[in-house]
Amino acid sequence: MIGVLSYLVFFATLASILAIAVLGLNLQWGNTGLFNGGVAAFFGAGAYVTLILGGQPQDEHLGGFALPYLLALAGGIAAAGLLAWIVGRLTLKLRHDYLAIATFGVAVAFENVMRNAEWLTGGAKGLRGFERPLRDLLGDGLTYNIAFLTVVLVALVLVYGVLQRLAASPFGRLLRAIREDEDAARSLGKIPARIRLTAFVTGSAIMGLAGGLYGTFYAFVSPQDVLPTLTFQIWAMLIVGGAGNNRGAIAGAFLIWGAWTASGWALSRFAPVEAQLYTGSIQFILIGLVIVGMLLWRPQGLFPERLVVSQSGKPGH
Amino acid sequence: MIQSLADGILVGAVLSLGAIGLTMVMHMLRFANFAHAELLTIGAYAALVFDRVFQGVNATLGVKLAPLTLTGSLIVAMVIAMAITGASAVLIDRLVFRRVREKGGELSMVFASFGVALIVRNVIGLVFGLHTELYSKSIAFAVVVSRDPLLLIKPDQVFVLAATLVIMLVLHLVLSRTTLGYALRAVAENPSLAQVNGIPLQRMIVLIWVIGGGLAATAGIFYGMTNHLSPVMGRDLVLPIFAAAIVGGIGSIYGAALGGMIVGIASSLALLILPSGYSPSVPFLIILAVLLVRPNGLFGEVRA
Repeated sequence: MIGVLSYLVFFATLASILAIAVLGLNLQWGNTGLFNGGVAAFFGAGAYVTLILGGQPQDEHLGGFALPYLLALAGGIAAAGLLAWIVGRLTLKLRHDYLAIATFGVAVAFENVMRNAEWLTGGAKGLRGFERPLRDLLGDGLTYNIAFLTVVLVALVLVYGVLQRLAASPFGRLLRAIREDEDAARSLGKIPARIRLTAFVTGSAIMGLAGGLYGTFYAFVSPQDVLPTLTFQIWAMLIVGGAGNNRGAIAGAFLIWGAWTASGWALSRFAPVEAQLYTGSIQFILIGLVIVGMLLWRPQGLFPERLVVSQSGKPGH
Repeated sequence: MIQSLADGILVGAVLSLGAIGLTMVMHMLRFANFAHAELLTIGAYAALVFDRVFQGVNATLGVKLAPLTLTGSLIVAMVIAMAITGASAVLIDRLVFRRVREKGGELSMVFASFGVALIVRNVIGLVFGLHTELYSKSIAFAVVVSRDPLLLIKPDQVFVLAATLVIMLVLHLVLSRTTLGYALRAVAENPSLAQVNGIPLQRMIVLIWVIGGGLAATAGIFYGMTNHLSPVMGRDLVLPIFAAAIVGGIGSIYGAALGGMIVGIASSLALLILPSGYSPSVPFLIILAVLLVRPNGLFGEVRA
């Protein structure tokens, strides 16, 4: 019973962390129409910088500044935002495709540098030596994990609340206006490039928060955690949930993460031993099929965007 | 230095062939196809299958054409692989891209291409195994072209380069001298105007995929001949190919050919100053640098 409970807590924690990242992506893609093909890099920036700033001093590589946890997490969020700002400055003026390619390139280069820059990140061995906050008080067991899940859920609700507010605010209206018709928005005196950059940086910072929480949860991060696969998973979550709908984004995160872990479990349990090596391949094919299938048959997702009326119009008008 | 330059030109030839197809599709269908590099993988493995089949049927086909490690069977297999890859590209378009195109925007297409790439790559991994493959187990001996500065070149490399140039020349002649070429370029410039003038748009799209797929197949096979085949070769090549297309300016075929060379040479020279582990990051730096200096690429026209 305890086993099931602790697994559920573990599952819910990861799903909620990923849901935060999906919410960040939804701000970029769902609300603003920006294609971020490098979610893993912004997520990873959050995780790495949080652990470098908050971790114990290390001999082999930089980092381990043992900063107070919230400061470390804020650093992770800021790092993701800064990375997004640099990429966004360079590419957001251009055709949408360029952003997709550039962000995909960021993710490839990020993983590559994390794997090679041993002096900075510990290389392929990853970063260890991180004291999870309040561990002395709560211990390492189920109590800690339940407490941490609570923190993650609070973060998820906060992010959700802020984004819902944002979507209903004039700024949210502006984002959708730019998504739908940039020229019209520009003719109203708005500067689409700047507003897109704001949305891109904010969304990426939210992914950084998710990454920071992920790093905290495992007290470890390695290049394995920032593979392009992560980007595909988070994208699949948003597409399944329904781009433009924050509640759908969260539901999509739980659904896809559930399907992913269930398929991994089923394959490791029932597939013949010689096929075990290919478990990953089969899971990736499933993710690919989910992505393509949703686009073909239900492009609006399971929970379609509801048109937000942020200004009540007069009836009969 | 000279050696790096020579190696870079060879890598560049492969990238050029990949980038030409990518840039044609990107220009005509207006989306960044992240699955294009998987066409290289399809071509490379299709050639592997038919190479083995022909050698099994007739052993004389498997004799090396010295000094190359290339065999007659691989040359025949290459032609078949080009056709298969072109057909696969058309099939993927029918099954996925065309339907998404009719429904959604260009960014849904980009996203669909992510999904397609995942499926193709991992299906190939399932069918052929995750290990690497070689067309020929025999070792190709390099020929010392010059001792000071030292320059070693394998005969296969000369063949690949020569074949690339021939393929590019043929493509150039088709595009500039034939009615079909005119029609293709017209559609690429302005699809609706071309359609009004009686050019069948759907057929031109099929043709673009066939050409792009065929070029991708040769690129994949050449890559396999000079390196090795692996199910994830598309993943490793997608960014360099995009870099080549962007350097050349999206839509410019000659730009893509030159862009491939530039990216190949730059990546090879980068190894002189960067530890080799960082080489996957080099195409990304090239993309950023080009976007910073010339947002539309070296040969690109201004397009919003």
